Amino acid sequence: MIRLRPPRPATIALGKAARALTRLRGGSGSAFPGLVVERLDPGFLADVLAQLPRGVVVVTGTNGKTTTTKMVVELLRGQGLRVFTNRSGSNFTRGVVASMLGEIGPTGKLNADIAVLELDEAHAVHFVRAVNPQFSLLLNVMRDQLDRFGEIDTTARLLRTIAEHTTEGVVLNREDSRVAAIADSLGTQQVRYFGLAPELRSHFPSDDDLHGAGAAAEGVQPEADVLLTGLGTQQGTFRMGTEEITSDLTVNGAYNIYNAAAALALVRLVLGEATDRDALLGSLRRASPAFGRGESLTVGGQPLDLILVKNPSGFRLGLTSFSADGVATMIAINDNYADGRDMSWLWDVGFDSLVQQGVAMVSGVRTYDMALRLSYDGVSIAAHEPDLGKALDDFLSAHPDVPKRIFCTYTAMLALRKRLGTYTEVEAFN
Amino acid sequence: MTVPVPADSSSTDKQIRVLQLYPRDMNIYGDYGNALVLMRRIQWYGYTPVMLSYNPGDEFPADPDILIGGGGQDSGQDRIQQDLLGIGDRLRALAEQDTPMLMICGLYQLFGHFFETRDGSRISGIGVLDVETYGTDNRLIGNLVAESSDFGQIIGYENHSGQTYLGPTVTPLAKVVVGEGNNQRDPHEGARYRNVLGSYLHGALLPKNPAIADFLISNAVQQKFAQELPALDAPQSAPASLQELTEHAREAAAARPR
Repeated sequence: MIRLRPPRPATIALGKAARALTRLRGGSGSAFPGLVVERLDPGFLADVLAQLPRGVVVVTGTNGKTTTTKMVVELLRGQGLRVFTNRSGSNFTRGVVASMLGEIGPTGKLNADIAVLELDEAHAVHFVRAVNPQFSLLLNVMRDQLDRFGEIDTTARLLRTIAEHTTEGVVLNREDSRVAAIADSLGTQQVRYFGLAPELRSHFPSDDDLHGAGAAAEGVQPEADVLLTGLGTQQGTFRMGTEEITSDLTVNGAYNIYNAAAALALVRLVLGEATDRDALLGSLRRASPAFGRGESLTVGGQPLDLILVKNPSGFRLGLTSFSADGVATMIAINDNYADGRDMSWLWDVGFDSLVQQGVAMVSGVRTYDMALRLSYDGVSIAAHEPDLGKALDDFLSAHPDVPKRIFCTYTAMLALRKRLGTYTEVEAFN
Repeated sequence: MTVPVPADSSSTDKQIRVLQLYPRDMNIYGDYGNALVLMRRIQWYGYTPVMLSYNPGDEFPADPDILIGGGGQDSGQDRIQQDLLGIGDRLRALAEQDTPMLMICGLYQLFGHFFETRDGSRISGIGVLDVETYGTDNRLIGNLVAESSDFGQIIGYENHSGQTYLGPTVTPLAKVVVGEGNNQRDPHEGARYRNVLGSYLHGALLPKNPAIADFLISNAVQQKFAQELPALDAPQSAPASLQELTEHAREAAAARPR
């Protein structure tokens, strides 16, 4: 469906005007300018992306999209490529269009060699029907927002469609049985895997393990192009091809380090023989997590970690990746659309690791759902306050001398970051 | 995730045995919370909870006092369906003996007569509940509030595309105030036959609806020990009591948009 003609200058001008108007009114939203452009020129996205010499890369999956996309972008930029990417949090087609309006020239030329786009599973399906990506990276399928997608198997089918519309190569998570199975329906595309050494798999329980469904059948697994073989504190060991490399990392937490393996596999597939190994390792060391995915701030001389939680597997990984010892913990749960409306998922997370320390503060729209969840796991709660701003103030002033950690859902994190901006410098988001 | 085991679990005198049906395949989205709430509350009422699981091919545990089951994906339902038919007689007998049971979503459907898919093929259920379910293209999703004459206001979250219709030998669990419930035609949510409850509500259901948890527990205790439930002795774990936390959680959920 790619039309080989540049987009109309009038469309671009109007889209840019809509974007300026949205910003002028104080909005950071990307939906409105994207909508204007889509209405005026439905082929806009395909037209602009078709001009990129190295094409389009799509990153999707339930967990880790944002950080992995950010790492892929940093690794490719380290190789000297000009990379267009969408801002985090706008991982739908209109968000891509809106990001584009900020970077496009009046004649519709994007100043980039390659586009790396983070797309939500459902939106990615729409996207790949309009624009066939050259490469895609499929991270995982976890229970997340079943209120939107219905079931995990439905989500897995979305990912399969994305892979089938990819023209050159697909990178799959070997350890996720639903993702790995997608290889069966691929014909001409190259297929590469990232994976875990067997002894590390217990760090990454899948949803199927949760109630005793057991690990995926132990058949013969395909060879992984990038295998994570060792995990340390801000350190990972990766086997790439025949070479094993231990690297210090800026990202923290087991799940972010496994995302680094995914990013490496994708970049190696995109660049092939031309990869500059030393530059790649340098970029790997420096790549930082996306905001809220293990983001560290300093407040009152003490570290404060913000950890985004949005589904059971992510919350479980967050709890097991960071020790609760000597840390004041706050949990903030909202139930807006972007958070997931259904609170059921909290019951698929075990909070035993917090029993010893207790939780200092529970907040958010669903404060009391969370408080009930903790109570039924025998975790004590020092304070509960639904108002996020007040809860944050109380939490910070009650625990001035210890490191702090906040587990929060997406919209709770946006509100908390805003409030944190009155205490410390918080990197602007979008 | 561990199920609480009290220190005196070796004693069998005050045991209440909770049997989870098909936890491996029918556990989608938080229904484990129902099991956890039952275990804790049984303990806080002064009894000894014992958690049993039954998965396809297992030996059916002797003398369960409460049975619970959850929802699954289509693939999970396919895996358990034949096995369920095999234990149907046993489950029907338990139901006739007034054994308390709570079946959510997928197992609610399969406790009925059948589930008819959109292409017209019928998946047989075990007919403990006089209900039938038809697959649709329409997924009913969102917060739900309903009024029950037995349990007061019931609050939960529904997410299903099968629509269920009740026959004459079951009564509706509740009348829907906000949401859809069993189907888009009548205003009912869930079904009850003797002490068997079926419902579409996740949330999980029992944490925010302790009246239903206590109905299951008090019936089990009544049948096994001929005793009335004493007052709940829940430890205070937060500035507010468990009962206050529950009330606040119910108010917050009931006030949320569909």
